[in-house]
Amino acid sequence: MNHQLNPANFVEISQLSFKRDGRSIFDRLDLVVKKGAITAVMGPSGSGKTTLLRLIGAQLTPDSGEILVNGTNVHQLGRHDLLAVRRRMGLLFQSGALFTHLSVFENVAFPLREHTNLDESLLREVVLMKLEAVGLRGAAHLMPDELSGGMARRVAFARALALDPDLMMYDEPFTGQDPISMGVLVRLIQRLNQLLNTTTIIVSHDVEETCSIADYVYLIADGRLIAEGSPSELLKSSQADVRQFMHGEADGAVPFHYPSRPYLEELSDAE
Amino acid sequence: MLNRLATLGQSSLNTLQKIGQSGLFLGGLIIRKPDFLKLWADLRHQLYFCGVLSCLIIIVSGLFIGMVVGLQGYHTLEKFGATTQLGQLLALSITRELGPVISALLFAGRAGSALTAEIGLMKATEQLVSMDMMGVDPIARVIYPRFLAGVIALPLLALIFSAVAIYGGYFIGVDWLGVDSGSFWSNMQVSVDFRADVVSGIIKSIVFAIVVVWIAVYEGFYCTPTAEGISQATTKTVVHASLAVLGLDFILTAMMIGSW
Amino acid sequence: MAKQRWVDISVGLFVLSGILALSVMAMKVSGVSRWSSNKSYHVTAEFADIGSLKVRSPVTIAGVKIGEVTRIELQSADLNAKVTMLLRQDKPIPFQDTSARILTQGLLGSNYISIVPGFDDDSKSAHAYLRDGDVIARTQEAMILENLIGQLLFNIKK
Repeated sequence: MNHQLNPANFVEISQLSFKRDGRSIFDRLDLVVKKGAITAVMGPSGSGKTTLLRLIGAQLTPDSGEILVNGTNVHQLGRHDLLAVRRRMGLLFQSGALFTHLSVFENVAFPLREHTNLDESLLREVVLMKLEAVGLRGAAHLMPDELSGGMARRVAFARALALDPDLMMYDEPFTGQDPISMGVLVRLIQRLNQLLNTTTIIVSHDVEETCSIADYVYLIADGRLIAEGSPSELLKSSQADVRQFMHGEADGAVPFHYPSRPYLEELSDAE
Repeated sequence: MLNRLATLGQSSLNTLQKIGQSGLFLGGLIIRKPDFLKLWADLRHQLYFCGVLSCLIIIVSGLFIGMVVGLQGYHTLEKFGATTQLGQLLALSITRELGPVISALLFAGRAGSALTAEIGLMKATEQLVSMDMMGVDPIARVIYPRFLAGVIALPLLALIFSAVAIYGGYFIGVDWLGVDSGSFWSNMQVSVDFRADVVSGIIKSIVFAIVVVWIAVYEGFYCTPTAEGISQATTKTVVHASLAVLGLDFILTAMMIGSW
Repeated sequence: MAKQRWVDISVGLFVLSGILALSVMAMKVSGVSRWSSNKSYHVTAEFADIGSLKVRSPVTIAGVKIGEVTRIELQSADLNAKVTMLLRQDKPIPFQDTSARILTQGLLGSNYISIVPGFDDDSKSAHAYLRDGDVIARTQEAMILENLIGQLLFNIKK
């Protein structure tokens, strides 16, 4: 099928099922990302959130179901068309994934050099603009190993923005960041969305920061959607598993204890 | 007992699968139409890493090997009063066998392992994946230039090795042990046939180059993206490439001695 | 960038030294034939026994190398070895009475052909010097060690 179900949606995922190593990661998942909105996908660790981004970018193929990006089924595209679609997407990795053999400037310039024919002076201007947007124009000559983690992530951000994509995906952008870097990133993501109306997907398990900017939130656990709604709706939810996640409760629907034999029984084995 | 057979069968099937996968990898690598302009820039860089930086180890090793063969050869030939044949002994053993094989082994150890580690690290830090997501084919941009550079560099290194080794042997034989310089060169020239010896040595080193770089690049690309995975992959590259070189050397020698 | 320049220069040097090594191998080590065919000519000679003469063995006059053996064939008619030699053109060799012998370098060395030139008693005759395609009529076979030993033993017995 190649038609768009709803033109207001940029990404539509229907009945997605995906298994890896025999384990079912997603089980008939339905998800919709509105154009120009910030959509958050949250859930406990290991719930397959990063895998979801890879599926959207067509790096992985679902076992069943389909993913439509801007009306096109990404898994039916040939190599050439897929590359064209990917140019309109930006993906910010958890680790930044900067090319270690290139300087900061060259890293940001890489997508421009690959996909455009800009001459050197124009390219330089664009790169400096992107670096300016993330506040790292002065670091253009540094190599990735000279950057702190937060700075590296910001450079990766600038690189993901280089071609002004329609869809930006952030994989755990707030994980392991100090409060200042976190604040900077939150602000950048929000401003980008506001100024350029970029459709944004944030995959995270940082409830507070994500909810502060998201328009809509999906909560995924065990490969299935357990809740969806605006951040305020979810925070007020009375569903047990939703409450445990949103409020960070130690024990609840997701048990604290790893499955084991009764405590006293195991202790008495020692005698 | 049955269990052991089953494990053996399973590992054989696994090996077969790996060989098939690497074959497809190589095939996919070669078929890709490269972007020549960008390839050229990367190629120069990779030739520097594989070729120029290996030069030192190749030249030093070549010198020592040549000197040792000269020394040992002299002492053996002396028993038959045939020390004038030293040039011939040196040239034939170096151009036909020692040159291509030893330079391939050294290359596998130095450049091959570096290649595997670099590609493995790029995989572990998700650089290859992010390149893929940017719409750039990582195999064409990262793997192919390295492969090509290795295939070009090794035969050149083997030639440099052979030439340096022969001069090393000359230095030992003529300057130190007193073999007559004239008969050293003339006996060598009489017995070394360009086509049968030098060219077959070059062909060997080209075959070795393809195999060594193929293994290095394959192991790096398919390694487990962890620190331990990279270290295992690097070890595998060196071991498998060395064994492959030695095995192929036997096969090629057998084919070539049969005259062609 | 200066680094880029250095990279390029060193790669160029590397490739150059590879090619240099190749030419060293070709010229000095293997002695690729220095004579192009228009400056040399072929002659043949038949021997009863060539010993261990090989293709590319040197051909000398008065001990100086003036050519090499290019082909060795067994003649099916009289089962002699027909040896083809490539000789330099700039030193003419008299045709009449020239003979070719197979000698050994040193005691255990390899065999080579030594040409003993004949007399050029009539330099104005049509066929004074060896030309391309000529056959050297007088030949002497190689000295075979076993024959010598056999002769020696036979003589001792007497």
